[in-house]
Amino acid sequence: MSAPHTPDLGEAQARPSVIRPYGDMTGDGMVQVSFTLPVPHDKRAEGAALQLAAKMGLSPALLVHAKGMGPDHTFFVVYGSVTHLVELDKVQVVERDFPLLSAKEVNAAIKKQLQRPLVVVGACIGTDAHTVGIDAILNIKGFAGEKGLEYYSEITVVNLGAQVLVPELVEAAREHRADAVLVSQVVTQRDAHIHNTTQMSAAFREAYPAGEVPLLIAGGPRFEEGSAATLGVDRIFGKGTTPGEVASYLVHELTSPRRPTRQARPERKSA
Amino acid sequence: MSPTTVAPPPKLDLDPGVVRKARKLAERLGEPVVEMTRSHTTVSVERATLRLAGLAGADHERVPWVNHLVDAVRDQVGLEHGVTTPVWDALRREEAPDLLTLAQKASAGAVSFRMPEKKGELSAARRAARAAVRPGLQKIDRQRAARDRLIARHGDPERRPWIYLIVATGDIYEDIPQAQAAAREGADIIAVIRSTGQSLLDYVPEGATREGFAGTYATQENFRLMRAALDDVSKELGRYVRLTNYASGLCMPEIATLAGLERLDMMLNDSMYGILFRDINPIRTFVDQRFSRQIHARAGIIINTGEDNYLTTADAVEAAHTVTVSQLMNEYFGKEAGLEDWQLGLGHAFEINPEVDDSFRMELAHALLARQLFPEAPLKWMPPTKHMTGDIFRGYLLDGFFNLVGAMTGQSILLVGMMTEAVVTPWLSDRDLALQNVRYVQRAAGGLTEDFHPPRDGFIQTRARQVLSEAVDLLEQITSHEHGKVSAGTSTPLLEAIADGTFGLMKRPADKGKGLEGVARRADDYDNPAITLLEEGAK
Repeated sequence: MSAPHTPDLGEAQARPSVIRPYGDMTGDGMVQVSFTLPVPHDKRAEGAALQLAAKMGLSPALLVHAKGMGPDHTFFVVYGSVTHLVELDKVQVVERDFPLLSAKEVNAAIKKQLQRPLVVVGACIGTDAHTVGIDAILNIKGFAGEKGLEYYSEITVVNLGAQVLVPELVEAAREHRADAVLVSQVVTQRDAHIHNTTQMSAAFREAYPAGEVPLLIAGGPRFEEGSAATLGVDRIFGKGTTPGEVASYLVHELTSPRRPTRQARPERKSA
Repeated sequence: MSPTTVAPPPKLDLDPGVVRKARKLAERLGEPVVEMTRSHTTVSVERATLRLAGLAGADHERVPWVNHLVDAVRDQVGLEHGVTTPVWDALRREEAPDLLTLAQKASAGAVSFRMPEKKGELSAARRAARAAVRPGLQKIDRQRAARDRLIARHGDPERRPWIYLIVATGDIYEDIPQAQAAAREGADIIAVIRSTGQSLLDYVPEGATREGFAGTYATQENFRLMRAALDDVSKELGRYVRLTNYASGLCMPEIATLAGLERLDMMLNDSMYGILFRDINPIRTFVDQRFSRQIHARAGIIINTGEDNYLTTADAVEAAHTVTVSQLMNEYFGKEAGLEDWQLGLGHAFEINPEVDDSFRMELAHALLARQLFPEAPLKWMPPTKHMTGDIFRGYLLDGFFNLVGAMTGQSILLVGMMTEAVVTPWLSDRDLALQNVRYVQRAAGGLTEDFHPPRDGFIQTRARQVLSEAVDLLEQITSHEHGKVSAGTSTPLLEAIADGTFGLMKRPADKGKGLEGVARRADDYDNPAITLLEEGAK
């Protein structure tokens, strides 16, 4: 059942492809878990914790700590040897297709490659009044301990706020010569987020000459990752995306040679 | 506020001359800003005034009637006279039988507003407005008296610091049992985190709400429901459990008013947070803030300021003095608006990188500095967030050291740190473990204030003096700010410094930012009965 594994010849033959967790001895399989069960603390609660541990594959399981929290909950710490094996050759990882950069690196890359500030225009479009998403990415306050794009010295942020109409957004993107347009869709009914986003991308394609459309990015918890092409945008960002990821993506897309039209755009001659 | 039960915190031997100088500089910076607030009004100040007169509720699209009415008056006669004169003039002319009907008719464009020209009409409208607003302030007074009564009946927490815990489910009906459980587990103060983004809404949502984003909307009904639930649990526990929310963002004055009406006990209310971190227009912020603080002063609400935010954007060692500067400014603006020392919950935080040598000693120095500069203020001590990495075991240790600084330096309000900070919203077990951590440190080391005396001119004293002198330098530098355009002979160096990016690296010019369109310069005949009554302090 295991696929034939051909270890790299440079690697020691002895490096196993099947491993177990390490407590204090190779192969002991020891793990620690903690959890809460919604039952009062008594003998039965402890039995319930051990039953869960067994179902999680801990055998033998050792209940090292149990403490009632209020009248209805008990907290447990359990140690045990897991029966599961880790098959290293079956591990699959999806790599991010762009490198994650620090704020410093983002600023430096923009300075070096674009030689002018990178302009981002953001908005919540349609009837969505929830700016939580766009603000988490754009406002200096940021999200998940990361500062928003405003914090980046080389990024100019124009946040249009909520309930922005698509034509207004296109107009603002043109006026500010946006390199990228971020739209957020948080609250949606009957797939409004899909309609709004498709309408937005179509409007941009109509308004701009081919090849000069700003980078279009849609974000929100309801978008399916991988649906960017159908929506006509360059990228979808889902729940939990941090400003740093967006900034890194912008740098990756806008300063890479694949999009030459975006580089060193001539200065506009008149206002 | 009850006296602390532990010995007073150790002294730092600060030079009283330097301390006086710091306060003098804060006053010099603050005064022109206060002058500026006295010559402006905002849509939110006007809406808050209408709320005091009892206008509540919203249309079928949940747009509040106060928004409709202020917008209608503004469209017809402008904001610069204050809305109350045109509104009560319209009521006197029987455009509608009552305030709510007037707002409803005005939303359909069916009311014509004017500034009465005859002196008699003008003063009659103003008298009527004043009579209508007064009961709102009287309700706030009654709520304050009710709080005093309940504290007398149930008692204050025996220990300091008071334990401050957060709930944030987004659904008020989930928040309530969680808040009650937290109180039973030992929380003295419950803070209901607001839905992200509410600060940028230019209206206050209406009714009980069941969906929010990383928090629950601040609404009058949510305030009422939560306060009632905490009254129940206070009675059960024999200890008055306080309730906290946020008077910040574009609706700061209205939310402050609702907090006073519904007997919230503490409100987050920082002088510059909205400007720097939410890009709200500086004038809007200062005008809204002064009104909010006047309401808080009247309502007996303790404000919590947001100095912790400076340390999450900048290095906590290098930027330590910006916390002191902000505390001094918050103190000046707070007192000017009528807040007393016991209402100034000035903030500071344990955010020094734990990899830095002597980080704990510096935290002690900074915390003692705040304690000594503001001996009567209920200081709010906030836990590490920036250096919480997801390694919950290390985070638990860090929180223990945070608690120890709190105990050793006599902090007043302790926001309980969670080892799962930056990982998940706190689980039941996280909260339980966090409270065990706090209690262990309080029991084991709460009396250390008696033994702990940093030696004269030792590391801690020297560091505290250094931070204070850096704060004085920064205040001086801002005071002598040259860059600004001096308009009509008036200069507000603080606004110019904010515009130039002196704080938090963000440039926030006075003519930019969200909510600017809701600001108006007052005309000579501006009248606002709420401000008049608040400044008279009339009961």
